[in-house]
Amino acid sequence: MKDKAKSQYLWGLFFLGLCLLNYPLLSLYNIQAKWLGVPALYFWVFFIWLLIIILTYWIIKKTDSSKDA
Amino acid sequence: MLSKGLIIAFTFGYLALLFAIAFFSEQSAKKGKSYASNPYIYALSLAVYCTAWTYYGSVGRAATNGLEFLTIYIGPSLVAPLWWIIMRKIIRISKVQGISSIADFISSRYGKNITLGGIVTLFCFLGILPYISIQIKAVANSFDILQYAESPLPVLNVPFYQDTAFYLAIGLAFFTVLFGTRDAEATAQHEGMVMAVAFESLFKLLAFIAVGVFVTYFVYDGFRDIFDQASLRNLDHLFILQGEHGPTEWFWMSILSMLAVLFLPRQFQMGVVENSNEKHLDKAMWLFPLYLLLINIFVIPIALGGLVHFSDGNVDADTFVLALPIAYEKNWLTLLVYLGGFSAATSMIIVSTIALSNMISNNLIIPILLVNEKLKSKFQNELGGRVVWIRRATIFVIILLAYVYYKEVSGQFSLVSIGLISFVAIAQFAPAIIGGIFWKNGSRLGALWGIIAGFTLWIYTLVVPTIVTAGFLPESLMTDGLWGISALKPYSLLGMEGMSYVTHSLYFSLSINILLYVIISLISEQSSKEHNQALVFVDIFKYSTTLDSSIVWKGQAYLPDLKALLHNFLGEEKANLVFDEYAQKTGKPLDKNRYADPELVNFCERILSGVIGSASARIMVGSVVKEEEISIEEVLGILRETQELKSLNLQLKQKSKELKKVSDKLQEMNETLRLNDMLKDEFISTVTHEMKTPITSIRAFSEILLDEDLPDADKKKFLHIIIEETNRMTRLIDQVLDLERFDSGRQKLSLDRVDAKILILQAAESMLQVFKEKGLKFDIQLDFEDLEISIDEDRIKQVILNLLSNASKFAKTKVILEAKYEEENQLLVRVLDDGKGVPEEEIPYIFDKFFQAKNQTSKKPIGSGLGLAISKKIVEYHGGSIQVLKKDGMTCFEFSLPVQEDYKKTSSLSN
Repeated sequence: MKDKAKSQYLWGLFFLGLCLLNYPLLSLYNIQAKWLGVPALYFWVFFIWLLIIILTYWIIKKTDSSKDA
Repeated sequence: MLSKGLIIAFTFGYLALLFAIAFFSEQSAKKGKSYASNPYIYALSLAVYCTAWTYYGSVGRAATNGLEFLTIYIGPSLVAPLWWIIMRKIIRISKVQGISSIADFISSRYGKNITLGGIVTLFCFLGILPYISIQIKAVANSFDILQYAESPLPVLNVPFYQDTAFYLAIGLAFFTVLFGTRDAEATAQHEGMVMAVAFESLFKLLAFIAVGVFVTYFVYDGFRDIFDQASLRNLDHLFILQGEHGPTEWFWMSILSMLAVLFLPRQFQMGVVENSNEKHLDKAMWLFPLYLLLINIFVIPIALGGLVHFSDGNVDADTFVLALPIAYEKNWLTLLVYLGGFSAATSMIIVSTIALSNMISNNLIIPILLVNEKLKSKFQNELGGRVVWIRRATIFVIILLAYVYYKEVSGQFSLVSIGLISFVAIAQFAPAIIGGIFWKNGSRLGALWGIIAGFTLWIYTLVVPTIVTAGFLPESLMTDGLWGISALKPYSLLGMEGMSYVTHSLYFSLSINILLYVIISLISEQSSKEHNQALVFVDIFKYSTTLDSSIVWKGQAYLPDLKALLHNFLGEEKANLVFDEYAQKTGKPLDKNRYADPELVNFCERILSGVIGSASARIMVGSVVKEEEISIEEVLGILRETQELKSLNLQLKQKSKELKKVSDKLQEMNETLRLNDMLKDEFISTVTHEMKTPITSIRAFSEILLDEDLPDADKKKFLHIIIEETNRMTRLIDQVLDLERFDSGRQKLSLDRVDAKILILQAAESMLQVFKEKGLKFDIQLDFEDLEISIDEDRIKQVILNLLSNASKFAKTKVILEAKYEEENQLLVRVLDDGKGVPEEEIPYIFDKFFQAKNQTSKKPIGSGLGLAISKKIVEYHGGSIQVLKKDGMTCFEFSLPVQEDYKKTSSLSN
C-alpha cells in the first residue's frame, strides 16, 4: 500500500519539476532583473532545484516503510 | 609557478592514494566489513556522472551560453524521483537475471539475442570512446596549463613517449585492471573500485567548491559583486537564456541528460551492477541531485569572474577554473584544483572502461568464439580462465584507443561538444530499455532496427561533421549535403533549421528509433523465448521469487555435462559450492546419474550469465542440453499455472491463519467456562457447608426441646439459640443473594447525594456499643470539611460496618477509623486495628468468596467469609477500589470512592 503511494508521490514530483523548470513557466523568470543581487533566472532555477530535492527527501521520509515493517 | 616534477609527483601520488583506498577497502571487505555497501557511498559513486566535462567544460559553456549548461544537471535531478520506479526495476531484473551491462540487459530482454547484444556493445563503444578521450584531453590540457599558464604549447604535437598524458593513461589502465577485473563474474561487485570512485567524487566536489569560494569571496566581493562587475562589462546577455529556440533547446537537453544518467554504461555499472541494496536508492534519490546542485553553484561566478578578469579573450574559457588561481599565484590552490579535475577524469575513465570491457568480452568476443564451431571446440574448455584476460586486454585497448582518438580528433573540439555527442549515442538505447521493462509486446526486431536506425542517424548528423572538421572528408558534404542533395545536409535534415546540431540529431535519431521500435514490435511475432523474457522483465516484482521454476523450458540435460560446464567457468571449488547451495535451497539432492530438471538448467544458465553474459550463457547451456522448441501457448500456460499456484497457496495460508484464530478463541472461551463451572461447584459446596452448621444445631436443640422435660429457663435459652442460628442462616442467604446479584450485574445502586461526614459517623455510632463491650479503644479521625458525595448510602454503610466489625473481632486493644479527602478527587476511608494482621501470602485472596471459611484452621470462624467479597463488589460498583495493607504496625483496610467534580464545587462553596 505504502509503496504504491510512494510511487504516486514521486511521479507527481517528477511532473511538478518538469513544469516548474521548463518552458513556458521558465519564461516567467527568464527576465533581465536581479533578485538579492543575483539575476532572477539563476535565483529561481537554483531555488526550485533545491525545493525539488527537499520535497524528494520529505516524500521518502514520509513513506519510509522500514519503520513499521 | 609549480615545477613539472612537483606536479608529476602529486599526480602519481594521488593515483597511489587511490590504489591504497581501493586496496584497503577490498581487504576489509574480505574480512566481512564492507564500507562500500552504504547509501552515502552509493550516492557518491553515482556522482561519477560529473566528469572533466563538468569540472572544466561547464565553465567554458557558461562563459558563452549562460545558464544553458545547467540542463545537463537539471535533467538528472528531475528524473531522480523516478529512480524508485525505473532504476529499482532495472536493478531487480539485473540481480535476478545475472545481468552485468547495458548490452547484456537489452540482449537478455529480447530473447538473449547475440546480434542485439553485439550491436549495442559496438555502438556503446563507438559512442563512449570519444567521451573517454576528452577526459584524457582534459587531464593533458590542465597539466599543460599548469606549466605555461597563458600561452599553452601545442601539446598535440609532442610524440607520445614524451607525453605525460600517455603515461597517466597507462597508469589508469593498470588501476582499472587491478581493481576492476578481479573476478571472472562480471556481476561481481568491486568494493575497492567503488570506494575509490566515491572518494574521487568527494574530492572533486571539494576542490571545485574551494576554487569557487576563492573566486567569489577572495578575488571578488561575493556573488553580488561578480554580477555587478559583469553587468558593467556588458555581460548582461548571459543572465538570461537567449534566442527564439531557447525553449526547445532547454527541453531537449533536459530529456537528453535524463536518458544519459539512466543509461550511460558507467551509470549502469555504478547504479545497477555495484548496487548492493535496493534501499540505497532512497537516499541516492535526493543526495545525488544535491551533489549536482552543489557542484554547479559556483560555475557561473567562475565563468563571469574569468570573463571579467581575462577580458582580452586570450584564455580559453574551458580553462578558467585553473587559470584564475594561477593568475593570482595561488600555487597550492592551483594544485588542488588540478587534482580535482584529474579525479573527475580518472573516475570516469576507470568506470567506463570496466563497463565497456565487460560488454566487449561478454557480448562480442565470447559469442564470436562460441558461434564459430572451430574456435568453439578449441576454446570451449578453457574459456573460464580466458574471460578475465580478455577483459584485461580490452581495458588496455580501450584506453590506448581513447588516447589515439584524443591525439587525432578530439584535440580540436571543446569538451562539451564531444560529451554531448556521446550522450546522444546513449539515448538510442532508451526506447529498447524503457519499452522493454514496461511493454510486453516490445520485440527483438523492433529493438534491433530502432537502435540501428537511430545510430545511423547519429553517425550521420553528429560524427560525420566532426570527421569533416578534422579534415578527413570534404567540406562540401556539410554545405551541399550527401550527393549534393540539400535535404541530406547533416546539420539540417529535410531542410530543418533553427535547432542546435545536438538537438537536431537527438530529435531525428530518437524519433525514428521510437517509431521503428513501436511499429515493428506491433507487426512482428515474438518467439517463445523472447516472450518468456518479456513477461519476466515486465512483471519482475511478481516473478522474482519463483524465478527458476517459472522460466519455461522443455528438454533434457545430462547432469555431469552441466557440472563440467560450470567447473569450466567458475573453477572446481566455486562450482561445487554453487551446486551445494542449490541443493540446499531446493532440497533436491544432486546424485550423479540423474538427468537435470529444468529448474536446475535455468539455475546454471543464470549463474553462467553472470560470468559471460546472457547470450553466451544461452549458447553454452544450449550446447549441453537437448532442447525442444515450445509454443507461446505453452509458455503462457506454464507461467499462468505458477502464478495461480502461488496465489492459491497464499489464499490457503490466509484461510488456515483465520481458522487458527477462531479455534484459539474457542479454546479460550472453553477455558473460562470450565473455570466458572469449577468456581460454581466450589461455591455451592461451601454454601451448603455453611448452612449445615446452623441447621445441625437448630435440629439438635429442637430434638432436646421435643424429647425432654426441661426447666423453663433452659427451654428459653435453647429457643433463643435456635432463633440466633436461624438469623445467622437468613443473613447468610441474604449475603449469598447479594453477592449473586453483584456478580451477575443485576444489582442496582440507588445513588443519592449524601453528606460523607454524617454517613461515617452514623456507621461508627452503631458500632460504639460493640467496642465498649469488648473493651477496645475506638478513635475516629475525619480529615475533611463538608463533603457531599453521590453514593448508595446503605451499601457504603454496610461496607464500613463490615470493616469495623471485622476489626472488632481481631483487634487487641484499639481500632481507628480514618477518612480524608485526597487530591485526585477521591474520598479515602481507612479502618485500622492492632490485631495479628493478615498473613502476607493470604493478601491476594482475602477478598475472595468464602476465603475465611475455607481456611478453617484459623480457630474462630467468625462470620460467613462473604463480607469482604461483598464489600469489594460494592466499592467497585461505585468506581472505587479496596485493599489491605500494613500501616504503622497496624492492619489497615482502606477503600476509596470517587468524588464528583461538581459536588466538590458546591461543597467548597458551602464552606
